[in-house]
Amino acid sequence: MTQDTTSGQPEVDRQSMEVDIACVGFGPAMGGFLTTLSRGLLNEDGTPAAESKTMPGMPPQVICYERADDIAFGVSGVVTKARAIRETFPDLDPADIPMTHPVTEERLLYLLDPVGASRRPATVKAADAVIKALRWMLPVRDQALRIPFIPGFMKKHDGLLTSIGQFNQWVGNQLMASGTVQIWPSSPVSGPLMENGRVTGVRLADQGVERSGEPQPGYMPGMDIKAALTVIGDGPAGPVGRILDEKLGLPEGNHQHDFAVGMKVVVELPEGCELKPGTVFHTLGYPEPEIFGFLYVYPDGLASAGVFVPSWFDSPVRSTYRYMQHWMQHPAIWKHLNGGTIRSWGAKTLQESGRRGEPHLVGDGFARIGEGSGTTNVLTNSGVDEAWLSGTLLAEGVLELLKSGEEFTKANLEKAYVRRRRESWLDKDSRKAEKARDGFQRGFVRGMIGMALAGFTRGRLSLSGDGRTPYERVPTLEQFLKGRLTPQEVEKLRTEAHAKGRTLHDSIMELLGWPKIEYDGKLLLSHQDALLVGGKVQAPPGYADHVVFLYPHLCEECGTKVCAEMCSAEAISVNPEGEVPLFDREKCIHCGACFWNCAKHLQDDPERGAIAFRAGAGGLHSAEN
Amino acid sequence: MAGSLQIVVCGGIVPNPLQTLEPTAGPQGPALKNEAMLPAVLDPWAWHALFEAANLAKQAPGSKITLVCMAPKAKLQQVMMTIAQKTVFELQPIDGPASGFVESADVAGELAEVIKGINGLDMQKLLVFGGWESASRGAGTTMQILGEMLGITDQFQGVDEIRLKDDGSFDVLERIEGGKHQVSRCAGAPAVLGWATGNLPEPPNNPQAGMANMRGIMPALQKARPAKPGQDGVKFLDVSLPSQRRETRVVKDTPAEEIARELAEWITG
Repeated sequence: MTQDTTSGQPEVDRQSMEVDIACVGFGPAMGGFLTTLSRGLLNEDGTPAAESKTMPGMPPQVICYERADDIAFGVSGVVTKARAIRETFPDLDPADIPMTHPVTEERLLYLLDPVGASRRPATVKAADAVIKALRWMLPVRDQALRIPFIPGFMKKHDGLLTSIGQFNQWVGNQLMASGTVQIWPSSPVSGPLMENGRVTGVRLADQGVERSGEPQPGYMPGMDIKAALTVIGDGPAGPVGRILDEKLGLPEGNHQHDFAVGMKVVVELPEGCELKPGTVFHTLGYPEPEIFGFLYVYPDGLASAGVFVPSWFDSPVRSTYRYMQHWMQHPAIWKHLNGGTIRSWGAKTLQESGRRGEPHLVGDGFARIGEGSGTTNVLTNSGVDEAWLSGTLLAEGVLELLKSGEEFTKANLEKAYVRRRRESWLDKDSRKAEKARDGFQRGFVRGMIGMALAGFTRGRLSLSGDGRTPYERVPTLEQFLKGRLTPQEVEKLRTEAHAKGRTLHDSIMELLGWPKIEYDGKLLLSHQDALLVGGKVQAPPGYADHVVFLYPHLCEECGTKVCAEMCSAEAISVNPEGEVPLFDREKCIHCGACFWNCAKHLQDDPERGAIAFRAGAGGLHSAEN
Repeated sequence: MAGSLQIVVCGGIVPNPLQTLEPTAGPQGPALKNEAMLPAVLDPWAWHALFEAANLAKQAPGSKITLVCMAPKAKLQQVMMTIAQKTVFELQPIDGPASGFVESADVAGELAEVIKGINGLDMQKLLVFGGWESASRGAGTTMQILGEMLGITDQFQGVDEIRLKDDGSFDVLERIEGGKHQVSRCAGAPAVLGWATGNLPEPPNNPQAGMANMRGIMPALQKARPAKPGQDGVKFLDVSLPSQRRETRVVKDTPAEEIARELAEWITG
């Protein structure tokens, strides 16, 4: 039996099934696609508006496969202008969707460093000193400067706050009630099926296999789902989109080098909390200048709070969880959260290359939508509405092709979908944002100036970055700790931690002055408790490991093990008996941060790291994220 | 080989047990806070009963599985997307409450009415499956009352296994104390089996089963009969969750005896 090195699946005879349109990943982009499509598949009298080629006489058979165990298990606290969403649902009443509320107030806070451990460059330290000196005349409270205006490009006034889990559940229920499309959760898709450059469908993940992928007695090979059109909306870490990118490459000049890990908690706010539903905090400056934070207040005393750790944060010990705990304890945040309780927790990767991360949007037999197709706008900090719009635009094009009986060729999809996308506000806004964050690659201050320039000049001006990939940016521990520890001391620290199978971020952060986290069992939990109490993480048996270390020699050369240090769920850990890290599938939340954080890449293929991030089942089981 | 069977699986839905549950007083009596936003699953005991039905149907070719399920229609629809890939069945939905706060006799009455109305119901082939217990705060009596309402006297509770014989008779293993089973031999259908957790693993997802099921499930859901059982019946004076304590510690190379000792100390507080 041979094994496909990309998907890790054995080459065996497989059952197959034919549908008209196969979809991968149920997020906001697919919600937009399926909602718009389902409304056009039937005429007003209930007859098919177009005929299925696989079930003649019926409307086209549309099936969506979602990796997670429920359509409500997505992650994202959402603040959005909801332009596209409201176009689809003109009578939308936010009260119909749990954890949803109109935006009523926005605050932009610059957080000072109350601890003294933040790695602030001299310019930021100088700004801090000025703010502190003038605090009698500036709006400074609780070690935070409330910036008196929010740039228009960032504002979400008239927008919505929602939970992506609840929003997806609301959309999905309406879709399934329509009876025109099917959405199947617990169905990881291992990759695209391709014949002569054409995508002909998808292959589902094998079931009944060992962690290695070797068949067990109950082996059930993943079925081949053949389709005239495959719609890919599996996000920035989805295997179908990423395999296509590997096979087809990206359009000339494009790259996907900018990422972030977004991590959040949903908190039951303490009684007497003065924050009103619809309040939004954007924060910057702390715990590190590069780490941005957010707090969104939902109805019923709930709030979503968290941070983003970007790929241009040059630290080999980038533990998002630990940084989030320090951020939560900042006086300006803690005064609202203290006394509350964590209800949910989760994390995800964000693809922040935006339009420049755009892959081939269409080809023969396939189309890309959503975040994996480069919809995220890094200037407006918005992604859900843009993803939704990409889905609706594709659906409009697909309905046009279905009704005219045209094939799903690259040329027809270019005409029906890509043209619509290029003419939409999605594309126009993403062009303004294209270079907005480049400056951050050379530092926080340059990044802020560059972003402001891009925002106020509508993208005409910006500051350049250095274009380095995440793995090129990661300093060695010795470089990172230069001036604090000698190389010998670093090696001793590393050796001791390695022998105990421990990561280094806690000890290094404490060495750098960060206080220990005093767990209170309510808001400050151990990382493992966050998984269990907040994320309710679990994985079904019978699936192969989806995180695989492909090139042990690269792991052996790696002195930082960033994959373990930054793992959002401690699913990757240091191996005390070797250099190749260990992976525990039952802890993984499928955020995908490991593949882009890998510090070692192949010399002859610099876009490929040592980690394969494949299709997998399980993960978060919280519907409140 | 045994003749075909008509297996009716009864099951409600419950909030996904991993979610944060908090009882509250609703306009219609006790309810869960934010229940609408909690994802739901088929009651775990009924979930297992469905797997057993699928396994049994394989042993008796020509058998048919019907799932009778009372739950709010919108939630039931979402749950179906999770279970419909497991095995082929016909859904008989009842659009009613799934709170677990409804009197079990009222629930049994609704289920019995639907079962009696199944087209081509053959009592001589009928096996009624369900959960021995329920994760929905149920009293664990629904299946017994349902059996009585259907006039079925052969009833087994806490079932972990059924062994079907060629003559249509079967042995049933019911849980008794001490991890042992009572083995009963039943001459054949009709019978009621309230399932414990059994020994079968969860079947893999089968997309073809899903496609086949959805052709029947969506029309059935659209025609789901509305029901309001328990409108005038039991009144709940108070509801509460058991108190919880949680501490997590990751240990390596700790002897099992040491872990057991610590657990015992922790439990006895």
